[in-house]
Amino acid sequence: MTDTSTSKTEATEAWITGIGLATSLGEGLEANWDGLTERRVNVDDKGFAPYLVHPLAPVSFDAQIPKKGDQRQMEAWQRIGTYAAGLALDSAGIKGNKDILARMDMIVAAGGGERDLAVDSAILNAEAQGNSAPGFLNERLMSDLRPTLFLAQLSNLLAGNIAIVHGVTGSSRTFMGEEAAGVDAARIALARIASGQSDIALVGAAHNGERKDLLVLYEFGDFNLKDKFAPVWARGKESGFALGSGGAFLVIESRKHAEARGAKPYARLTQVVADRVSRKSAGDVTTSLSKLWSQLDGVEGQGAIITGATGAEPATSEERAFLKAHPEFAVRATGTSFGHTMETQFPLGLALAALSISKGKLFPPNDSAGVEIEMTKAPSQIVVVGAGHWRGEGMALVEAVR
Amino acid sequence: MSAPRDTFGRPIVVVTGMGVVTSLGAGKTDNWAKLTAGESGIHTITRFPTDGLKTTMAGSIDFVPVDPFSSTDLSERLADLVTEEAVAQAGIGSKGDFPGPLFLAVAPVEVEWPQRQALGRAIGSSTTIDYDQMLRVSGGGKFTDYHRRFLFGSVADHLADTFGTKGSPISLSTACASGATAIQLGVEAIRRGEADAALCVATDGSVNPEALIRFSLLSALSTQNDPPQGAVKPFAKNRDGFVMAEGAGALVLESLEAATARGARILGVLAGCGELADSFHRTRSSPDGKPIIGCVRNALADAGLDADQIDYINAHGTGTPENDKMEYLGISTVFGERASKVPVSSNKSMVGHTLSAAGAVEAVFSLLTLEHQRIPPTINYDVPDPAIPFDVVPNTARDARVTTVMSNSFGFGGQNASLIITGEPA
Repeated sequence: MTDTSTSKTEATEAWITGIGLATSLGEGLEANWDGLTERRVNVDDKGFAPYLVHPLAPVSFDAQIPKKGDQRQMEAWQRIGTYAAGLALDSAGIKGNKDILARMDMIVAAGGGERDLAVDSAILNAEAQGNSAPGFLNERLMSDLRPTLFLAQLSNLLAGNIAIVHGVTGSSRTFMGEEAAGVDAARIALARIASGQSDIALVGAAHNGERKDLLVLYEFGDFNLKDKFAPVWARGKESGFALGSGGAFLVIESRKHAEARGAKPYARLTQVVADRVSRKSAGDVTTSLSKLWSQLDGVEGQGAIITGATGAEPATSEERAFLKAHPEFAVRATGTSFGHTMETQFPLGLALAALSISKGKLFPPNDSAGVEIEMTKAPSQIVVVGAGHWRGEGMALVEAVR
Repeated sequence: MSAPRDTFGRPIVVVTGMGVVTSLGAGKTDNWAKLTAGESGIHTITRFPTDGLKTTMAGSIDFVPVDPFSSTDLSERLADLVTEEAVAQAGIGSKGDFPGPLFLAVAPVEVEWPQRQALGRAIGSSTTIDYDQMLRVSGGGKFTDYHRRFLFGSVADHLADTFGTKGSPISLSTACASGATAIQLGVEAIRRGEADAALCVATDGSVNPEALIRFSLLSALSTQNDPPQGAVKPFAKNRDGFVMAEGAGALVLESLEAATARGARILGVLAGCGELADSFHRTRSSPDGKPIIGCVRNALADAGLDADQIDYINAHGTGTPENDKMEYLGISTVFGERASKVPVSSNKSMVGHTLSAAGAVEAVFSLLTLEHQRIPPTINYDVPDPAIPFDVVPNTARDARVTTVMSNSFGFGGQNASLIITGEPA
């Protein structure tokens, strides 16, 4: 027992019956699909220059978060997530269905910690000007911090807001840990359904990429994409990621539960596998992804792969080495179109895989480096790949319902 | 021979190792001695200036040196300590090779003031400091360590490397229920047959100025600073808030079958876990108590037990006016007349509120209660609240026959989790 994969033995079949997307390409499934089909990229090279970010497309939060008071209690990442979660519940046809929502599992992958930039800057300026009296920091924080900001910073308060606004209360679990948190949220939700511990789950994440405090964190490691946009595979020496804003939520439920309520599936979520290698040696990511691939059962040839490849090195080059072993697969990197949405990137990949399968076609390539090839046939399986910029590797198999 | 199963046909999950650190000390022996002596670990804060603060005490852990200080570094050190203790007691695997997954409850990670101030110094005093200037000095390799340190997954990453846990480690937050959730995830993984063993750790080293001020601005903290040992007064009429504290707890969980096969000593059984979210408010419980009631009932149902079979409740018992009232409402609804008879005590009266760690710290204390057949008291109980007629085991520990414990954890964001722990396999 070394891997953490969802067992397929005698497992209950799990369907994706709801999808909610709010991204830099738009809100809702059609806007996102159109953006992908048109190879649209919404990137802002001015607001955070020299850094590039993919800003959230205009969204009317009122449509999913009707109370302004609720919106005021959240920072942007929570509003994006609560909004996308509402879209997913709508899409599954269970919005307002108290019977189901009261026993629905919820697993959210979240960061948090959104700062008040003005307060931070003012304190540092005062200190730079020599104000270092004991208690100065205390005094400023006591008077300048908004009491509600704390609740907008807490990682588990995206789930808390979803419970309050949409009434999902069966359980509430928040996973943290960047990209891997998104993989593990889906993995545990599926494991619970497959084993009969749960019938239905809301799973997803949200990210606000338009944050200088987050850019600072990733700049410490020189991970931010600067100056000029290029598709993920074409960044070469100018490696890095452009943070993206977006929320992606899925409703996953057992086939039996879905059929009993007459719900239509977008696709079946067959397997989610994950691992974490220490990445001490060159090629560790390639090896880890190859191992995860071997754990997926029944992957047919000439299929499709949707990856959350970040553009950060060496992870992206090592992932590319893994992809080279599967040259007949049509690869799509969501990082090009959506930027890097961190915890959200894997749920986003699952959402686009399910959407592609339900539409009977894969969206077109958007790549100048030759990694992404055309796919004309309808995909019956899509493998979703997520290798974190620093740690964590995950993979899922999404299939057409048979 | 078939594998030992519970009444629902699931593998029985047992505890074979545990570790704990609180402001009372490091390790089970020291903590248990002080806890049953009714000692408090709450003291006046010396880690940073408290000028201008309404609350000046905490259960900080000052005997584990971390320099330069960051809450995330301290959390990691505390997690190391308790994991070492738990793994050593379990005698499982080999050094650096734990045969199962890691579930880690950890406070949300963020860049802290000492690091932000280092950026300020790098910018200098001749330029107006803003986030653009901070961005300008952040890259280029000078602060690479900050990236590694302040990723949300960084503590789990370190533990996975150190203890050799398998697969993708899960870092989680369900606020003040996080420790219980980490244990619940381990129980579920073993019940699904994914793992024979799981390492469940919860840690919190959050006593820093901004964290204290955030809770203070929500009016959640006790302000009765003098004497600090008297500040946490769970279930007492004069309770006025919780006291922030640091700590960590770790449990090695195994299937009974795996533990028996390797001849491990069984410390207790994780018989049931329950949870239910509250959609009423971000920081307050639903006034009807239904989510807490449902959570407690879910735990009982998961364990296949009746309320009558619980003979000690390790309360969440934070000492806030709201929590203790709601906890009484929940318990009294489920337990009926027995609510005033079954002993209900709060470890937090002595160790304070260890936040993300509390669920695991208190699970360890619940297991020690079973082992020693002695119930730790609720100290500082001098003014009973007639609205909460619990037997809180006031001020002095009590010997008692205890076979089945319920441990409750409730948190901001509508988080409720309850664990049921028994002394021997059913």
